[in-house]
Amino acid sequence: MTTLTLRTRRTLVRGLAAGTAALLIGAGLAACASDTTPGNDAEPGSADAIEAALEAGGELTYWTWTPSAEAQVAAFQDAYPNVKVTVVNTASANDNNLKLQNAIAAGSGAPDVVQVEYQSLPQFILSDSLLDLTEYGFGDLEDLYTPGPWGAVAQQGGIWGLPQDSGPMALFYNKRVFDEFGLEVPSTWDEYIEAGRALQAADPEYFITNDSGTDAGFGTSMIWQAGGRPFSADGENITVNLADEGTQRWADTWDTLVQEGLMSQISGWTDEWFAGLASGKIATLPIGAWMPGVFESGAADGAGDWRVAPMPTYDGGAAVTAENGGSSEAVTKQSKNPALAAGFLQWLNSSEDSIDVFLESGGFPATVADLNSDEFLNYESDYFGGQKINEVLVDAANSVSTGWQYLPWQSYANSIYADTVGKAYLDKASISDGLAAWQQQNVAYGSEQGFTVSE
Amino acid sequence: MTATTTASRRRARALDRSSGVVDRPRRSVGLTIAMSLFLVYSFLPLAWLVISSTKTQESLYTSFGLWFSGPFAFFDNVVETLTYNDGIFVRWLGNTLLYVVAGAGGATILATLAGYGLAKFTFPGKRAIFAVVLGAIAVPGTALAVPTFLMFSQMGLTNTVWAIIIPSLISPFGLYLIWVYAVDSVPTELLEAARVDGAGELRTFFTISIKLLAPGIVTVAMFAIVATWNNYFLPLIMLNDPALFPLTIGLQQWNMQATGVGSDPIFNLVITGALLTIVPIVIAFLLLQRFWQSGLSAGSVKQ
Amino acid sequence: MSTIAPAVPADTVAARRRRGRRTTTRQWAGLGFVAPFLIVFALTFLAPVAYSIYLSLFRNKLVGGNSFVGIENYLQAFTDPKFLEGALRVSLFLAVQVPIMLVLALIAALAIDSRRLAGSSLFRIGLFLPYAVPGVVAVLMWGFMYSERMGLAGNVNNLLGFDLITPFTQQWILVAIGNIVTWEFVGYNMLIFYSALRAIPGDLYEAAALDGAGQFRIVWSIKLPALRGAIVIATIFSIIGSFQLFNEPNILRPLAPSLITTYFTPNMYAYNLSFFGQQVNYAATVAIIMGVVTAVIAYVVQLRGNRQELR
Repeated sequence: MTTLTLRTRRTLVRGLAAGTAALLIGAGLAACASDTTPGNDAEPGSADAIEAALEAGGELTYWTWTPSAEAQVAAFQDAYPNVKVTVVNTASANDNNLKLQNAIAAGSGAPDVVQVEYQSLPQFILSDSLLDLTEYGFGDLEDLYTPGPWGAVAQQGGIWGLPQDSGPMALFYNKRVFDEFGLEVPSTWDEYIEAGRALQAADPEYFITNDSGTDAGFGTSMIWQAGGRPFSADGENITVNLADEGTQRWADTWDTLVQEGLMSQISGWTDEWFAGLASGKIATLPIGAWMPGVFESGAADGAGDWRVAPMPTYDGGAAVTAENGGSSEAVTKQSKNPALAAGFLQWLNSSEDSIDVFLESGGFPATVADLNSDEFLNYESDYFGGQKINEVLVDAANSVSTGWQYLPWQSYANSIYADTVGKAYLDKASISDGLAAWQQQNVAYGSEQGFTVSE
Repeated sequence: MTATTTASRRRARALDRSSGVVDRPRRSVGLTIAMSLFLVYSFLPLAWLVISSTKTQESLYTSFGLWFSGPFAFFDNVVETLTYNDGIFVRWLGNTLLYVVAGAGGATILATLAGYGLAKFTFPGKRAIFAVVLGAIAVPGTALAVPTFLMFSQMGLTNTVWAIIIPSLISPFGLYLIWVYAVDSVPTELLEAARVDGAGELRTFFTISIKLLAPGIVTVAMFAIVATWNNYFLPLIMLNDPALFPLTIGLQQWNMQATGVGSDPIFNLVITGALLTIVPIVIAFLLLQRFWQSGLSAGSVKQ
Repeated sequence: MSTIAPAVPADTVAARRRRGRRTTTRQWAGLGFVAPFLIVFALTFLAPVAYSIYLSLFRNKLVGGNSFVGIENYLQAFTDPKFLEGALRVSLFLAVQVPIMLVLALIAALAIDSRRLAGSSLFRIGLFLPYAVPGVVAVLMWGFMYSERMGLAGNVNNLLGFDLITPFTQQWILVAIGNIVTWEFVGYNMLIFYSALRAIPGDLYEAAALDGAGQFRIVWSIKLPALRGAIVIATIFSIIGSFQLFNEPNILRPLAPSLITTYFTPNMYAYNLSFFGQQVNYAATVAIIMGVVTAVIAYVVQLRGNRQELR
């Protein structure tokens, strides 16, 4: 802090006085001149304001790690030449969250529009960092999206973003390997375990899947599919109960795979993992519907070997699945031009032009129209041996079970998942023990942060 | 000046011989072999890097790491590395050079001036300054990272080149090196004589002291260059805009590109990029090695 | 050694005053030289440290905002099992890796200095080269070589028929990390030692030759004592580096996320607390505690090692 000299102080005071006078005069004029006729003078936060802002133009910053972002922005700038959008590639969800958190803590530096995973939305809503888009008429867009993704962005009395994609889980399996070892496509988890045993017995280099307890997103999605609802958030009242029935169901089933060593210990998203997928040594993958694009670019050598099937169930009954990943885009409160940012966001995630570009890069939509379109459903994937994969995936989208909630500190919770649940895998302890440790640390963190946490 | 002559004669002799006999000793084969194992250890990962940079993305993880295999893709990889994503790698290279020249260059200047001041002058608070600056080496970077980040964002410096350059300007180790070197190689008598002749302190510094300090300065420059070239944590938290990244962050970003939806693994570019990142430093080393070796020699011993 | 004596006037009051003025100007000059460094230092070091200490006395909650908590954060840290585990781990790491690395560096420096090596400049440069490699790249390379399935570790294990090299296991992970750190810094330390050896005056060797001393005697009685100062410095820097261990485990983490926990070293703990847990205050506390511990230990080593070090 520099000390002010007398002269500087006087200049400041004079400046302030002038400024205040101008403000008062300006406010007075504005009060006199305000026009209450709707449509003539658009309210600052309204659907009309968006149109006006897009025409007037301006500059926006957009943080994202979506590969198709540049192409989408290019199309946007063609449609709205007065608007300049700078895309910043934040490389991954974690890095993105980190930078966003830093910018929010610092009070400046946040972008206008930012990609946020569904599971991280509650955290940013809670810290009051995102713009409530209800006033811009975003409520009218509800019918465009499937209930799962919409429920993730419209919560706690506001609309905080627009869904970009969805990730209903399905079972991706390597047909070539299955045929080679005489395995049936499992429809229940018990059958899945049997297949795992058979595969390992036939050739120890082949695993039914990989899991080392380090992917929190996978764990929470599996708990979701098993019917567990461990987290509930009602404002500041949080419940964390990882011992509920559904969670235990998954933990007990999955324990068998861990204890018997039926799963590969390769970490996901490493080059070994891609090699394992390509060669089929990782024979199945229960994962979100956005995976086909990843297969094509990362495991190109496995083309023609893989197929998609519905997720195995616990009781052999009706199909049920969960969302795994997926993100939305939102407008930050730090945005200097919220109407323009809202306009860009609306175009980005609800206009046909934008979504077409997104789908081309292998994304899986959250919009009802695209999911139900004949073109989409009849698409035959070369990589998947000509299978109409989207039929299976859209079925999955329609069988996502409801009622799931994430914690308001889900990024932190996920960051300590490997410390607790992963450690249990390492020590060959039961997953329930790992989950109990995770619960204990979550409760401690939540209480420290001022929430009222019950178990 | 006889003082300097004796000192320089001593140094010349010291550099000349060091083993117990006056004439050249025999080369020991055993020792050479043992040390060669050491050398193999040093070179092993670098050999892997060079060999891997000749492979395509596919053959990377299907072939034995320490020998060539598959099509020879070195030049393809280099070209692709330099042109990927509109040549962002070249941009990163430019950024790194900027940070190094400004940051390491500035650090060398500041450390030289300060080390010289501490070594050759007495003033109140000198001991305290010395202790505090050396103590600074013990403070972990993470302790400073978040407060520095918060401070810099208040000042509007984050996501600018200054966020990298300003913190790079402080090299406590550099200050220590110059201090030690100045005590040893810049005789106070010389300075006294210059003062008597009427030369100002700055003038004395630039005409006399700098020449004597030269090897020390080059040593500090070398260490500062390496530190700034390899700087990772600071840019990681300070920079958002890929156009400002140094090579280290850019490489890691490419590395992470394999993760998640729409992933595009480009490990072959990461490896080639890593190789290209190392090459300039190695060349700088080799060119400057004459200087930094004698620079360090005065540093560590007080007889 | 003859000196040129400047014409110093007799010690009159006037003369003393003249000298006094000269000294004051010279004092200002000295400060002037140090000033640019100090200004930037205050900005990039002193201010953040002060801010860090300030932060450690508060707690900013997601619900409830900022409040003064005094030394509560420090009390929490001292009973925090994650922090204590991390602190213990780096202490263990330090006790094992630093001596090994310094001994290797010493042997290398002595070997090169003995002039019994063919092509000693190749060794000097070759051993120093790893220091120039950025941490990210070093971990990338070693991470590959450690890989069970496709790296050299895998190849060796396959060749031998059993799992000899398993870096990503509880027992061996610290060794694996220690190996990377040693690889990176042994050349650097070797060079510090080698430079100290080069500064040994030739008269000592002549005297030793006259006394008929053998190689080992020379090493023991001449070279090692001469290296004392360098060893102290190298030890101090290595201790500081070990306590601050962050880069290597952090970049290696994606390859073994449940083995290398978020609190594997105190620095990693502080980093994850700040950037993932948004617990900036507690992170500052952890960092300050580690900084103080490091400084104290470094000071003790320096005191015991060489009382003449700082004049």
